[in-house]
Amino acid sequence: MHELPVTERVLDIVLKHAEKNHVRKIVSITLKVGELSDLESEWIQQYFDYLSKDTVAGGAVLKIERVPIVLKCGQCAESITIRKDQLGDTTCPKCSATGNFSIESGREYYIKEMEAE
Amino acid sequence: MGDIKLIEVKEDILADNDAAAAELRERLKKEKTFMVNLMASPGAGKTSLLLQTITALKNDLRISVIEADIDSIVDAEKIAETGIQSIQLRTGGFCHLDVSMVKKGLEALDTDSLDLIFIENVGNLVCPAEFDTGATIDIMILSIPEGDDKPLKYPLMFSKCHALIVNKMDYLSLSDFNVDLMEKRVRKLNPDIEIFKVSCRTGEGINSWAKWLKKTVADSLAEKNP
Repeated sequence: MHELPVTERVLDIVLKHAEKNHVRKIVSITLKVGELSDLESEWIQQYFDYLSKDTVAGGAVLKIERVPIVLKCGQCAESITIRKDQLGDTTCPKCSATGNFSIESGREYYIKEMEAE
Repeated sequence: MGDIKLIEVKEDILADNDAAAAELRERLKKEKTFMVNLMASPGAGKTSLLLQTITALKNDLRISVIEADIDSIVDAEKIAETGIQSIQLRTGGFCHLDVSMVKKGLEALDTDSLDLIFIENVGNLVCPAEFDTGATIDIMILSIPEGDDKPLKYPLMFSKCHALIVNKMDYLSLSDFNVDLMEKRVRKLNPDIEIFKVSCRTGEGINSWAKWLKKTVADSLAEKNP
């Protein structure tokens, strides 16, 4: 839902790196986004195309890698990878605990790398 | 076509906001001001809860409210009737508040002479969960008519809040809302969360919530600065 401000940040960051690396054109950008985020890939690309039009990032393809949700069991410290719809209904496969999990990953919003000419 | 090279960026998109939030939290701690970020769906009772809480605590604490609304000032007007200073931020279509917007609201307040500031975030259970506001604690409301399945649909929101206010308890007998099931679902996401069952309409449960908040504020303000 908040794709626009996130996309603005992505563009700011990649332009900074483009300048630092004397880049002529950015071809692709790889983002890592946690499964817990409701970010829509399609919208990000559309906003990005619009915002980046007159910059070296114009036309760049956004590749989004989803980071799975990993919980940590508060009882036995086991890491458990789950789907989003299993969040409220998780049982630890190791010690059978049904509560007291903390979120280890799945909240990421991260620019991993970009390809540029 | 020139050669294509791979550039490692490795930057967090939310890092700027997160850093600004940490800085703001530190500043408010020094000024001995406690800030509560209140989040909920539209119509869950954010403004009603604030009105009840202000009435319960205004003799003990110096309170102000920052209201965020996409494009209206009705909430700020209601708060102003209690005699409490309130600032209206029009987010102009933005679905959440971030630190830079909160700071704009704070500029209009004399934070040094305040004990407690409420931020009424934009009504929405999705976006506000992802953006740190710099508040000392995050609070959310779930109202009975919304249903007991909301923790399943909006897990991030339920997992990050320090307290959950279950509002409109006076509607419970009219609905099939299962309070125990909801509580179980919430505790799986967030075992340490405080849960208060209230009705802002009848005033039921407001006392124990207000008492907890007052104690939490007092404990936090009594902490020594590093």
